[in-house]
Amino acid sequence: MTGLADALMLGAGWNAALVTIGAALLGGAAGAVGSFLFLRGRALISDAIAHATLPGVGLAFLIMAGLGGDGRNLAGLMAGAAATALLGVLAVEAIGRRTRLTEDAAIGAALSVFFGAGLVILTVIQSLPAGRQAGLEGFLLGATAGMLLHEALIVAIGGAMAVAAVWALRRPMILAAFDPGFATATGWPVRRVDLAMLAVVLAITVIGLKIVGLVLIVALLIIPPAAARFWTERAVGMAAIAGALGAAAGWVGTAISATAPALPTGPIIVLTCAALFAVSLLVAPQRGALAALVRHRLMRRRVLQRQGLLAMARGVPAADPAARAVLRGEGLIDAAGQATAAGRAAAARLMRDEARRALLRRLRPDHPALQSDDGLTPIDALLATDEIADLDRRLMRGAGS
Amino acid sequence: MNGAEFVQLSLTPLLIGVLAAVACALPGNFLILRRQALIGDAISHVVLPGIVVAFLLSGQATGPAMLAGAAGAALVAVVLIELVRRLGRIEPGAAMGVVFTAMFALGVLLLEQSDSSAVHLDVEHALMGNLESLIWFDAEGWHSVADPVALAALTPELPRMAAVCLLLALTLRLFWRPLVLSTFDEGFAAGQGYPVRVIGLGIVVMAALAAVVAFDAVGAIIPIAMFICPPGAARLMTDRLGAQLAWSVAFGAVAAVAGYLLAGHGPALIGLDGSVSAAGMIAVTSGLILGLACLFGPRRGRAAAPPGGRAGA
Repeated sequence: MTGLADALMLGAGWNAALVTIGAALLGGAAGAVGSFLFLRGRALISDAIAHATLPGVGLAFLIMAGLGGDGRNLAGLMAGAAATALLGVLAVEAIGRRTRLTEDAAIGAALSVFFGAGLVILTVIQSLPAGRQAGLEGFLLGATAGMLLHEALIVAIGGAMAVAAVWALRRPMILAAFDPGFATATGWPVRRVDLAMLAVVLAITVIGLKIVGLVLIVALLIIPPAAARFWTERAVGMAAIAGALGAAAGWVGTAISATAPALPTGPIIVLTCAALFAVSLLVAPQRGALAALVRHRLMRRRVLQRQGLLAMARGVPAADPAARAVLRGEGLIDAAGQATAAGRAAAARLMRDEARRALLRRLRPDHPALQSDDGLTPIDALLATDEIADLDRRLMRGAGS
Repeated sequence: MNGAEFVQLSLTPLLIGVLAAVACALPGNFLILRRQALIGDAISHVVLPGIVVAFLLSGQATGPAMLAGAAGAALVAVVLIELVRRLGRIEPGAAMGVVFTAMFALGVLLLEQSDSSAVHLDVEHALMGNLESLIWFDAEGWHSVADPVALAALTPELPRMAAVCLLLALTLRLFWRPLVLSTFDEGFAAGQGYPVRVIGLGIVVMAALAAVVAFDAVGAIIPIAMFICPPGAARLMTDRLGAQLAWSVAFGAVAAVAGYLLAGHGPALIGLDGSVSAAGMIAVTSGLILGLACLFGPRRGRAAAPPGGRAGA
């Protein structure tokens, strides 16, 4: 594990450290901007963008090699990727706006056709005289092993620029995600904000090609926001948490991948994301599955207790064995099913509460306490002391007369 | 290319390509109308870990083991998507994105960790398929089509693909009315007593069946394209669902044939040696058809749809 610790602490070499930092920055930017895509319900458009980079990578290689240069120049390949990815986004937008096909169909069409074109170009490249073509497959799934210094620098600087772009666009993106009308009124045309957001997504995709690969980069834009959704109800908080989760996944994933050759970077980063998602789904305090389960159990317990006490007040044992079990567990009945002193007191309290509630409902049906009443919380928790005293006086008088 | 060569080298890949295209285009019509177009994409991704696990368990990367693994993975994915959607209250698109990327990543990782390079199982192969290699060694010419000995040596993908195609067509024919009703007006269909949830699941199962069997024969990219491009183009041609299905089958078949021929002979036309990926070319051809339909299809515009939409048959 010293290998992993070294990699995590950026001690696995200068290039590896740069790539790790770049991946963390990229993950942060992707998580944050992905949150806004998520809130706009357009998460999967990033998949079309990512797949549409492949023909660009291939064409750029062919052009650069044809001009006698180094076909594998990363900056050139990224420029080509950006060009066809842009075409892909424009195709999705055009199909979605001009025809009656829905956006998801447009995304699927652009994704498959551009990717198919990319595969065609890759086979053309493979048929060329060997030697120079190797390495393009790395763009499918990401490959950070053996990265050159200038490539690592591109990744690190690109990641930093992506973070800066997201930060600069945060205000219009929040507005467009939440209140498109208000955004337009305050001078942020939603359509342009959407396009700017897609431009950032495109940049993140292109920068991430070498690290995560085009098949899986969409995960960095989808999984952290989906995980962040469990921890908060607020958009700004969600983008921040998604950014943090994405950054953590980028950092840890790249480090893990650097420790062994058979641990491809892209899949490891994505699986780290997925692990963070699974943890969030289970343990998040409000929306998590365990919290929901606990809430459900507590609620059921209160309902059963109330059932049991109502039956006890009528002088009969509770019909539901689950209700009897709850009463026994709280010492309200003994092993033989007979009410204990505490049980009788609790039943009396419940009956008094019921009487108060019924009276309040008759006297003041629009009382705010009745609006928030769930039938399980004692009504005196929702009333002022003098209101309770007044109700009790009327109840006494009613009983006396 | 003479007759004997054609039958031996091109007949089976062509037929398999056409059948795979049709098998995927048929359920694709319903997927795009139900706004589930990307389910095909998701299924094609999650199949990978299933195949790798099947290989690790059985040591085989072909035939029944592979199909079982793929089907199992598709099932796991459907369950996981439902779980994420329900437990997390996350919208279906994002839930799908979470599950299929995670499962695909797992598949790639397993592949890298296992020593499966010996059996020609790698990511590129999974994406591109190898349509070109599905040749019919024992064929000596057109007369072999009636020769039981030669037919026995036919690549098993062909009859399998044909059976799935037939099964899907029969299923659609048999359940046409409930399928159409629940696709266009789920509320009305439910009111008529149709089990709309079962029908919705049935459509996903049909798509998964087509994707899994096609993946085995032709890789991931042809199914992903065929679920969407031919039905999408067909939707821009007509307002009647029956006619849309017919158009989509025709478009899928044309894309498969034209794409295959272009991949084999296109490079020669522009003075290059060799051939290019048939799967990629078929996807591109289907995209060209969709592009033409977007520009010239008689029902391309939103305004062209009659008010309320006609659930024609």
